[in-house]
Amino acid sequence: MSDPVLEIKHLVKRFGDQTVLKDITLTVEEGEVIVVVGPSGCGKSTLLRCINALEEIQGGEIRLKGAEVSKTSSNLAKIRQRIGMVFQSYELFPHLSVLDNIILAPTKVQKRSKEEAKEEALALLSRVGLREKADSFPRQLSGGQKQRVAIVRALCMHPEILLFDEVTAALDPEMVREVLDVILGLADQGKTMIIVTHEMQFARAVADRVIFLEEGVIKEEGSPDQFFEEPKTERAKEFLKTFTFERKRSRV
Amino acid sequence: MNWDFIMKYLPLYRKAAVLTVKIGTAGILLSVVIGLVCVAVQYFKIPVIREITTAYIEISRNTPLLIQLFFIYYGLPKIGIRTNAAACGVAGLAFLGGSYMAEAFRSGIDAVETIQMESAYSLGLNRWQTLRYVVFPQALSISMPAFMANIIFLLKETSVFSAISLMDLMFTAKDLIGLYYQTTESLFLLVVFYLLILLPVSLVGSLVERRLRYAGFGT
Ligand SMILES: Nc1ncnc2c1ncn2[C@@H]1O[C@H](COP(=O)(O)OP(=O)(O)OP(=O)(O)O)[C@@H](O)[C@H]1O
Ligand SMILES: [Mg+2]
Repeated sequence: MSDPVLEIKHLVKRFGDQTVLKDITLTVEEGEVIVVVGPSGCGKSTLLRCINALEEIQGGEIRLKGAEVSKTSSNLAKIRQRIGMVFQSYELFPHLSVLDNIILAPTKVQKRSKEEAKEEALALLSRVGLREKADSFPRQLSGGQKQRVAIVRALCMHPEILLFDEVTAALDPEMVREVLDVILGLADQGKTMIIVTHEMQFARAVADRVIFLEEGVIKEEGSPDQFFEEPKTERAKEFLKTFTFERKRSRV
Repeated sequence: MNWDFIMKYLPLYRKAAVLTVKIGTAGILLSVVIGLVCVAVQYFKIPVIREITTAYIEISRNTPLLIQLFFIYYGLPKIGIRTNAAACGVAGLAFLGGSYMAEAFRSGIDAVETIQMESAYSLGLNRWQTLRYVVFPQALSISMPAFMANIIFLLKETSVFSAISLMDLMFTAKDLIGLYYQTTESLFLLVVFYLLILLPVSLVGSLVERRLRYAGFGT
């Protein structure tokens, strides 16, 4: 078996005197899809931001194929190129066209030729059904289209791992599907991913492993079937209950 | 209104206007450079130099141009630096304008959301590339109204140049009034020439702003 893509050991993250992540240990293997779920404020976004070195960490270590990921490391930009991140709010660059958004980092950071980057960008755009939007500007796209462009932008850097932070949370219901389908497609291609989501159906379909995070610790982890069918902890049961609806009828 | 007088001295005003525009342009270009350097120093948090730029911005913004000009014009020779009035005019305008431009650019940079930068960082762009390709283009269009207002402000400020005996528009008007007492005509010409300089700038300014609004970044 090959080395893990990502190794997190005893990660501690504090904001002031609030400890948001307490001793997180997690290993992600090549091609694995990890879904992280948990109540609001439990530290899911913070975990992804630490993995991408957008936050300084106070303890433990994060390694990407053996290389240390740290906000203070000197080759920070080099490491970040190898990690793709997609945010809830897309964060396309408003002053650049769709195509320029996608090829900015490949050409400026990876110094690839414009032609080659363009070719790949267009091929990726076709795959997500947005080939004809290449010359549009972000403001001319719907939320779901923007999010698909953001995913393509991350993909075009050939990252070794992709991080998704509630990428459908800001979308209208009818656009959620088109974005989730793209992510499912990536899972089928064997991409290594960590996905934070509140879409439980999707989580179950896409995950190889589910992590239940609460109050900054991994309370439970397991296969999707096991986690959703028979969660081990009370807290996970309670959490999953918030996604089901029942009517309490007094009579039949 | 004495039209003969006006026709006679029109060329003199034209010459003065050219001088005003030349010094104004040079001073404004320099202030843009100074402004850019100041915001870059503050963006990259370069120690010591950063404190110096902050001090410069405070001094420059809180003293009148006239006094800045006197310092340059009468002060520099005292410490052995020989210069001429035109160079002093450019330097004075740049000293004043640099801080105004810095503030305009800074407010533009501040308006770009942190998560835009994080988005760039997460693609592997370094701080410089993020500034150059992501932050600055957005900041520039945000600060465009303030930038255009600064240009007009600085062009108007050139009217104090006469104090260091630069033969600009103001100097010419004062001179003619002193010599011939043709106050109305002299001032009329002064106003007309300032308008001739400022109105086109103002027009370009509103065109640029309208373009930016239509090509706006709104999501
Ligand atoms: N920059 C910050 N400064 C201080 N506290 C922060 C900061 N960012 C997050 N926190 C705190 O850390 C905790 C975890 O936040 P985080 O955004 O990671 O939660 P989350 O699990 O992503 O929640 P949600 O599901 O609502 O997105 C919260 O209590 C939050 O208030
Ligand atoms: Mg979050």
